[in-house]
Amino acid sequence: MIELWNVSKTYEAGNKALRNVSMTIEDGEFVFIIGRSGSGKSTLLKMLLKEVEPTSGKIVVNDMNLSKMPRGFIPKYRRKLGMVFQDFRLLKDRNVYENVAFAQRVIGASTRSIRESVPAMLKMVGLSSKYKFFPQQLSGGEQQRVAIARALINRPEILLADEPTGNLDGHNSMEIMKLLNEVNKLGTTVIVVTHSQEIVDRMKKRVIVMDRGTIISDEKKGGYTYEN
Amino acid sequence: MRISTFWYCLKQGVNNICRNILFSLASIATVSACIFLFCLFFSIVINVQYVIKNTESTVGITVFFDDGLDANKIKEIGNKIKARDDVKEVTFTSAEDAWAEAKQEYFGDMQDLAEGFEEDNPLANSASYTIFLNDLVDQDQVVDWLKGIEGVRKVNYSKTAAEGMNSLNKVIGVLSMLIIGVLLAVAIFLISNTISVAAAFRKNENQIMKLIGATNYMIRAPFVVEGIIIGLVGACIPLISIYFLYRSAVGYVVTKFSILSGLFQFLPVEAIFPYMAATALTLGVGIGFFVSFFTIRKHLKV
Repeated sequence: MIELWNVSKTYEAGNKALRNVSMTIEDGEFVFIIGRSGSGKSTLLKMLLKEVEPTSGKIVVNDMNLSKMPRGFIPKYRRKLGMVFQDFRLLKDRNVYENVAFAQRVIGASTRSIRESVPAMLKMVGLSSKYKFFPQQLSGGEQQRVAIARALINRPEILLADEPTGNLDGHNSMEIMKLLNEVNKLGTTVIVVTHSQEIVDRMKKRVIVMDRGTIISDEKKGGYTYEN
Repeated sequence: MRISTFWYCLKQGVNNICRNILFSLASIATVSACIFLFCLFFSIVINVQYVIKNTESTVGITVFFDDGLDANKIKEIGNKIKARDDVKEVTFTSAEDAWAEAKQEYFGDMQDLAEGFEEDNPLANSASYTIFLNDLVDQDQVVDWLKGIEGVRKVNYSKTAAEGMNSLNKVIGVLSMLIIGVLLAVAIFLISNTISVAAAFRKNENQIMKLIGATNYMIRAPFVVEGIIIGLVGACIPLISIYFLYRSAVGYVVTKFSILSGLFQFLPVEAIFPYMAATALTLGVGIGFFVSFFTIRKHLKV
């Protein structure tokens, strides 16, 4: 469960990114966070990743108070999260298999475990036949699938996606959302920051709307009610 | 640490070098140049020290005694001298030995000319001790002590030789420290630069690693491996070159300038190489490790 209690964030330049935000996201939920640029969506994700510290307030993830988390524990905490980016952030000099294996390798997983789990994960995202391809040989949708496979390979409890369909066409966007929905059905909490009205309206999931650092709307099975 | 993780870090370190091959080669070349000069200097210093040590063993202090001093008293003084820690060796020359040596020196093959002195040794009061010290630095102190002993008439010693060698020792020490300091600074700067470039090149990868949950240690390891490899290769190249160069140079000097062999004796390469190799490898690997560790620490605030 993710809990935010009166969380505020003011950057050094004086820019107030979040103002007294409070919310709760239950385990296994699928949540869209929408809002115009600068509304605080990305800051919220960065706080959950513990990349950015709140100026005030409390964030609790799976009973762990992030403000009181020792520095040495941060890498272990991050292994419970998966992150997907708009620009995929794949390693261009490594093939599909190596990109996914990379996520396991850098946390010290054994070669045996990597050999078992990477092919299974590639099968899940539908890229088994393209495991030797390099990112530049794949379409945008396929690259995002690789990124999702990399985010999921360490079996995270929470998947954070920052505009995962921002660089994709309509068809590929829906395919990625279907994949995220399947991941959610397996029990992973999924939080998606997006600008896509079509996706939000079709998925019929919880929608949190943010504006100028505050939550202005939070609806179960909501739609894209925000005017861009 | 798993073996697979170790190999992964090693592979990434090698990859870092290959990706920035020109920068890496420049770093290796500079480290090599630095360590080559260090080894060259090391060889010179060690050989000069060897020559000084050899010369030191030939520079002695001679002690003469009061006229008619009892042989037992002379022996007692000799025991006192031998008991000192700074004294390496003491040799006694009796009045008879001194006269025999003088006869040989002055009359050579015409010993008959000295027959007139047969009953009356002209060097009757010339019994002496010749003292060789462990280190010429202690000469002044020992001479002062000898002069204070009752029964000692005269103390002969070469102040110039001692002072000259001590100054030479000091100059070599200071000069070597200076050169090594400058070379170290250059090597540190270049390795740091190479690691910074590698860190900039892998910025995206490091960010992903950070977000995936890799530990600081895991993110830094490939850069530290890169630094160590640069240091290691940078030390091995000059060591191999110096090994053969030293052998050839000593062989050349000994055969072509055999006249020098009386003045200087060079240490064989086998005698100095183990120390030189240990120092150069420690230096290369140490610089590589510490510079890369601290440089990457500055770049990656995880």
